[in-house]
Amino acid sequence: MIEVDHLTKRYGPHTAVEDVTFRCEPGTVTGFLGPNGAGKSTTMRMICGLTPPSSGGATVAGRPYRRLPNPGREIGVLLDASAQHPGRTGRETLTLAARTMGVDRERVAATLDLVGLNDTAARRRVGAYSLGMRQRLGLALALLGDPRVLILDEPANGLDPEGIFWMRGLLRDYADRGGTVLLSSHLLREVEAVADRLVVIGGGRVVAQGDKGELLAGAGTLVRARDQHALRLTLDRAALPATADTGGGFVVRAEPAAVGQAAADAGLVLTELRPAGSGGLEQLFLTLTAGASTKEAVR
Amino acid sequence: MTTATVPTAAPARHEPAAGPSLARLTGVELRKLADTRAGRWLLITIGLIAAAIVVVQLVVTDAAEQTFTAFFSPSLLPVGLLLPVLGILSITGEWSQRTALTTFALVPRRERVIVAKLAAVVLAALASVLVSLAVAAAGTLAAGATGGAGAWTFDWALLPYAAVFQVANVLMGAGFGLLLRNTPLAIVTYLLLPTVWSVLAALIEGLRGPARWLDTTYTMEPLLGPDVTAGQWGRLGVSLAVWMLLPLVAGLVRTLRREVS
Repeated sequence: MIEVDHLTKRYGPHTAVEDVTFRCEPGTVTGFLGPNGAGKSTTMRMICGLTPPSSGGATVAGRPYRRLPNPGREIGVLLDASAQHPGRTGRETLTLAARTMGVDRERVAATLDLVGLNDTAARRRVGAYSLGMRQRLGLALALLGDPRVLILDEPANGLDPEGIFWMRGLLRDYADRGGTVLLSSHLLREVEAVADRLVVIGGGRVVAQGDKGELLAGAGTLVRARDQHALRLTLDRAALPATADTGGGFVVRAEPAAVGQAAADAGLVLTELRPAGSGGLEQLFLTLTAGASTKEAVR
Repeated sequence: MTTATVPTAAPARHEPAAGPSLARLTGVELRKLADTRAGRWLLITIGLIAAAIVVVQLVVTDAAEQTFTAFFSPSLLPVGLLLPVLGILSITGEWSQRTALTTFALVPRRERVIVAKLAAVVLAALASVLVSLAVAAAGTLAAGATGGAGAWTFDWALLPYAAVFQVANVLMGAGFGLLLRNTPLAIVTYLLLPTVWSVLAALIEGLRGPARWLDTTYTMEPLLGPDVTAGQWGRLGVSLAVWMLLPLVAGLVRTLRREVS
């Protein structure tokens, strides 16, 4: 269980995270979505007691992170896979963590095996690892203490398609056994396949959150007509908010019935009319976060 | 698939595990000193330099002066120059390699990590005194075999002084590392400050008095001899309060408040 309560972080005049509130329940995977610079990592670091919040707070398993006597046994954290000493071997990196947490040595071998790092890889220095291998090592580090909660920042970064598929299975399995997972990404499609809930953040604020199904259902209607220009005019006249999607149609923030009615009234021939689903959520994601990523680029 | 057959990914139900003891954390920090190539080589270099000094003495000094004490004391100086680097690296390495992210996520009570780090480098400093004793013993044996004096006379008062000398050296380094967090900056500052002091004291009349109390090159020198007077202890205490205690305390406060990213 992770509870985030009105977390805010200001750096001088810049507000990186503003009034972020959400909770992650046991047995679920929560996708934490947002473009680069939206405040995902800062929020996660605040949850883990690494960044002091300007206001608000967060608890893991009912306690503020910094009050956990042995956090590695409660919550597995992967914040940055490249933040490892390049001179240590993969096994040594895990051994240090295992000693700190008081986990026996067999667990190191078992966890290496679990994340798919074989003996040769474990004996190599982390400096020689590919990003994908570092992600696996980071995941091993998070799983080492057999925790009930996982916090992973962009864990799919650098993994090949097979690796991403493997990780989805691992996280799904973990949540199905009662674990709590908070997983961040800047790619909707990456978390869509595994998450039960979504928290979308842009410009430091939560712009949408809820059950994945509900968010997808509320994502609008995809509509395509033979005469796209006429459709645009019709939608505007009916005051239905529409945005052009990449495939030449429109995503309309309205029920399919309302869109179909407007088209019928105007005598338009539709070639496609359906709930937008993930395409719509992506559209929503892009519009909600567009301003934020521009700001990031300027900063 | 792996995930279906290996039950270890399952979240366990267990009582909150107890936190790591300071002894365990110190063990981890000792291990960190030696588990990278750079760290291992620094430790090896410290040993080699102590040995090299003895070899030089065997070749250069008069046969009559080749005694255990004469081998022991000079080996302390170059080792004492490298120990601060060890102290600095043990602290700044966490920041430069960004391993602090893992370290402080596993032990959020950062002061415990810092205390463990200090304990680890103090143990390393004490071990270096043993190394100095060992190479001095080897030197004495070699001197005896090659026609030198080879006398085993040793003033035991030298031993605790040597320990204080090396511990102070390593802790001053750790303090600089803790305060400045940046490896090159900490090393350069640590090595440059005494020289700057000497130059300033030579140039400015009014600084000559304070320099006697604050210049560690000067205040720590008596520790290499057999006798340290009360006045010398006083000056040593004052200089260490400024160059060791102050950076350690200020650096600790900074580290506790710092954002880890």
